[in-house]
Amino acid sequence: MVAKGKIVWVSGPAVKADGMSSVKMYETVEVGDSKLIGEVIRLTGDVAFIQVYESTSGLKPGEAVVGTGQPLSVLLGPGIIGRIYDGIQRPLDEIAEKSGAFIGRGITTSPVDMKKKYKFTPSVKKDDTILGGSILGAVEETPLLTHRILVPPNYPEATITEIAKEGEYDLEHIIGHANSKNGDKIELKMYHKWPVRKPRPYSERFDPTIPLITGQRIIDTYFPIAKGGTGAIPGGFGTGKTVTLHQIAKWADSKVVVYIGCGERGNEMTEVLVEFPHLIDPRSQRPLMERTVLVANTSNMPVAAREASIYTGVTMAEYYRDMGYDVVLVADSTSRWAEALREMSGRLEEMPAEEGYPSYLASRLAEFYERAGRVRALGSPDRSGSVTLVGAVSPSGADFTEPVTTHTIRFIKTFWALDTRLAYSRHYPSINWMQSYSGYLEDISKWWKENVSPDWYDLRAESYHILQREDTLKEIVRLLGPEALPDEEKLVLEVARMLKIGILQQNSFDKVDTYCGPAKQLKLVRLMVMFYKEAQKALKEGKSLADIRALPIITTLLKAKFEVTDEQISKLEEIEKQLSDSFKGNMEEVKVTV
Amino acid sequence: MVVDGVTKASFDELVEIETNDGERRLGKVLEVGSGKAVVQVFEGTTGLAITGTRVKFLGKTMAMPVSQELLGRVFDGLGRPNDGLPDPVADKFLDVNGEPMNPQSREYPTSFIQTGVSVIDGMLTLVRGQKLPIFSGSGMSHNILAAQIARQATVVGTNEDFAVVFAAIGVQYSEAQYFKRSLEESGALKRSVLFVNLADDPAIERIITPRVALTVAEYLAFDLGMHVLAILTDMTNYAEALREISAAREEVPGRKGYPGYLYTDLANNYERAGRIKGKNGSVTQMPILSMPADDITHPIPDLTGYITEGQVVLGRDLFRKGIYPPVNVMMSLSRLMKDGVGEGKTRSDHMEVGNQLYDAYSRAQEVRALAEIVGKAGLTGVDLKYLDAGDSFETHFLKQSPDENRNLDETLSRAWDILATLPEGELTKIKDKHIQQYYKGSK
Ligand SMILES: Nc1ncnc2c1ncn2[C@@H]1O[C@H](COP(=O)(O)OP(=O)(O)OP(=O)(O)O)[C@@H](O)[C@H]1O
Ligand SMILES: [Mg+2]
Repeated sequence: MVAKGKIVWVSGPAVKADGMSSVKMYETVEVGDSKLIGEVIRLTGDVAFIQVYESTSGLKPGEAVVGTGQPLSVLLGPGIIGRIYDGIQRPLDEIAEKSGAFIGRGITTSPVDMKKKYKFTPSVKKDDTILGGSILGAVEETPLLTHRILVPPNYPEATITEIAKEGEYDLEHIIGHANSKNGDKIELKMYHKWPVRKPRPYSERFDPTIPLITGQRIIDTYFPIAKGGTGAIPGGFGTGKTVTLHQIAKWADSKVVVYIGCGERGNEMTEVLVEFPHLIDPRSQRPLMERTVLVANTSNMPVAAREASIYTGVTMAEYYRDMGYDVVLVADSTSRWAEALREMSGRLEEMPAEEGYPSYLASRLAEFYERAGRVRALGSPDRSGSVTLVGAVSPSGADFTEPVTTHTIRFIKTFWALDTRLAYSRHYPSINWMQSYSGYLEDISKWWKENVSPDWYDLRAESYHILQREDTLKEIVRLLGPEALPDEEKLVLEVARMLKIGILQQNSFDKVDTYCGPAKQLKLVRLMVMFYKEAQKALKEGKSLADIRALPIITTLLKAKFEVTDEQISKLEEIEKQLSDSFKGNMEEVKVTV
Repeated sequence: MVVDGVTKASFDELVEIETNDGERRLGKVLEVGSGKAVVQVFEGTTGLAITGTRVKFLGKTMAMPVSQELLGRVFDGLGRPNDGLPDPVADKFLDVNGEPMNPQSREYPTSFIQTGVSVIDGMLTLVRGQKLPIFSGSGMSHNILAAQIARQATVVGTNEDFAVVFAAIGVQYSEAQYFKRSLEESGALKRSVLFVNLADDPAIERIITPRVALTVAEYLAFDLGMHVLAILTDMTNYAEALREISAAREEVPGRKGYPGYLYTDLANNYERAGRIKGKNGSVTQMPILSMPADDITHPIPDLTGYITEGQVVLGRDLFRKGIYPPVNVMMSLSRLMKDGVGEGKTRSDHMEVGNQLYDAYSRAQEVRALAEIVGKAGLTGVDLKYLDAGDSFETHFLKQSPDENRNLDETLSRAWDILATLPEGELTKIKDKHIQQYYKGSK
């Protein structure tokens, strides 16, 4: 029975309605005369508390509230990729068509074009057994992505009685019929719906052992994240969260990217929309937009839909995972979602925990990050896919002890700590290399050893050790000045400076530097470590530090990151030769002067 | 204010309140239900009696009458004329709350605005449709800087329609006058619309002032096709008014007593900047705010920084040294600079030069700190060069006079002058080809 009640109270995005005894928790409802979309978030007797996903301006007590019988769901099928949606999966381009450049209210649109025909190629035949999650066939969603048509995961085991031949069909076309064991007839289409708050099931979870390559040196080499892993990037304003997430969305070696703009700037979403169609994926040579889907609930859009945007995004990510793909989801910023929870909680007069946030903040964050993972998908054929989750955190006053940051840290394994001081000095990405960590380092080092070079782990450790030493020496320098140090330690400072400029700093807006492949990363690090060893040797042999510092090879090493492209990587071998020659050459000079 | 016996009020609706002695005030509905409505009275509740006060729900949200005639006029904080002239004839009435711009319909901002201020053009480039606030502190020269930008800002090589919308939010009379005079002297007053809520005007009215101003800015930009610079000063007073209302309603406070929705509320104002596909005009926003106790982590600058596309931060140290504009470049940032500069837009070395200047000045600061400990004598060759580069950055590049308008070539050439004092090997942020073209120093 459909619930039908009346509004009794309105305060911002929160609405109370009575006469709602037959409504369910988290059911979506239509609110008021203009049928705004809302979701029931609390039930007390026959009074429902509703968060409304659109502006409630003009809403009056007495107007009707009607249940839909459905929880908040997304439509999953071909046509999602390349689109930009609002928090409840309404395409923003269609909203623009209906209401112009400014977003109107009460607009209903379909998430994908139901009339568009796709060429379906079946991969099952009559009498085959299918399970929930099994693949029925495929359509080409974009030139970059084959969309595998899945049986909804909650369907029972069944036998195909009929399957469509290869051909062009729209989404409402019934492409298959099946009989379940207890004789129920099942109709199969190329799409299904799934409630966003319910994680999609899988059959087994694997340990994350394959790194997600992002082309960002400080991430891949020093603080890697695994496919199916979780990461957080907290930082004050202007420290580089969005730029880093954009970089991951651009260059990560995943099949699909879900980008959620949650309570952030409109122009940042526009930037993705403008830029991605022109950026070429280095692996497939196709525009990046052909693998990307955007969910945008900007800071001036209705607050309640921020929460929905996170769930909408992660559910779409799981759907592509279930096809057997690696998916990376970036959410900018999870703090805005937490603030939306706080605002709703405040309006409902719940008892606040720290800083006004509701006590269930931690469990909501945990549930979200738990939806990451590398899994074996349900059904047949056997396949695995992953969802990697990366969330930006925007701590007030850049203070990492605030609740959203502290709770997030408990549920993630890679932590990229952005540092306001580094950002001020234009050290980008301003990821602090002493505070950050990766819980995947050991697990993924095998991949690097096998796919890039056996000495990866050692080079990483050696170079990181130099940075660690600099960190302690810095204190002494701060108190006594650099001259208080012996030459060997001054050399550590010099090489640490080189590592900072030549490796850690990476300019996202430079054509070359924006992406640095694993092989180039390794070679650059190796050059720096080589320089250190050669210089150490030279010092021992009595050469002066001033002469070492004056070597022109240093500038070459510092600029190699943007002067040498991934394609011309052999140039780094020339540099390597120049490097050892520099020291030889100078040794002779030293001899001459002695 | 809570109104009883309400049967037909709707959320956000405009309310007219008539006091015992016949005075009329405006307000809006914050919360409605169970026969009650919580109403926020813009002109304040002083003088309202429990009995005898009458309330009329107007059945619409607050709207601002707009037309081309607004140009050259002065209004109060609620958008009513206060220059003694009659009400302008309205072309239409627009809801002052505006509606969120669809990201799909936005045009990404890329046109470089030359402000004639070296530090801004060279290192913190402003582009059309950007929202770039000035973070200042009490007594510093933010007004002079904003007025200079309003006078000098142009997009080189174009001659398009521009307008200035100025909103004074709880500022002193003299500050509002300063802007008015400055616009008058440059002849821009007839292309400006002023909204004035002074320090002694009702605080609650301030909630509306930026909204009416931005409504007019959007109208001028997107209906009339003008390039609008909207200056909002001082957003700290705005946030304070918001806190007052929140406290009166006994809401659960966020940090420092400001409401938890301060971020969203500020965003609803700041996001009203930008460009729209297929339309000519633009709204460029320059909000000014004073950081309480010069503290950038205070919720008002903090949340502002999280919303705007960068910030120009004024530094007390430079201000004391008598350097104008006292811009603390390290703490300042223009996020859209990368999109507005470079080949085909300004000059291909622009971004690299800006980055290298940041780097050099940051090194100079480190060396200055070091010199405090070890003395200048304890510094080595390169460090000494950085020390000098830091000084000449402040005197030769940063410092300029409030009526000095430098074009971009001059700005960049001054930048290269400073870089020339450093050895070539130090310029690690600049591509070799640009060094060959512009570098005048030695190895
Ligand atoms: N890797 C990078 N290369 C070059 N510039 C960078 C890099 N990272 C950050 N920046 C600079 O820092 C600015 C701010 O970065 P970004 O917008 O990502 O900050 P944020 O942490 O998302 O801030 P907010 O919380 O306010 O959204 C960018 O506009 C850019 O100028
Ligand atoms: Mg950001």
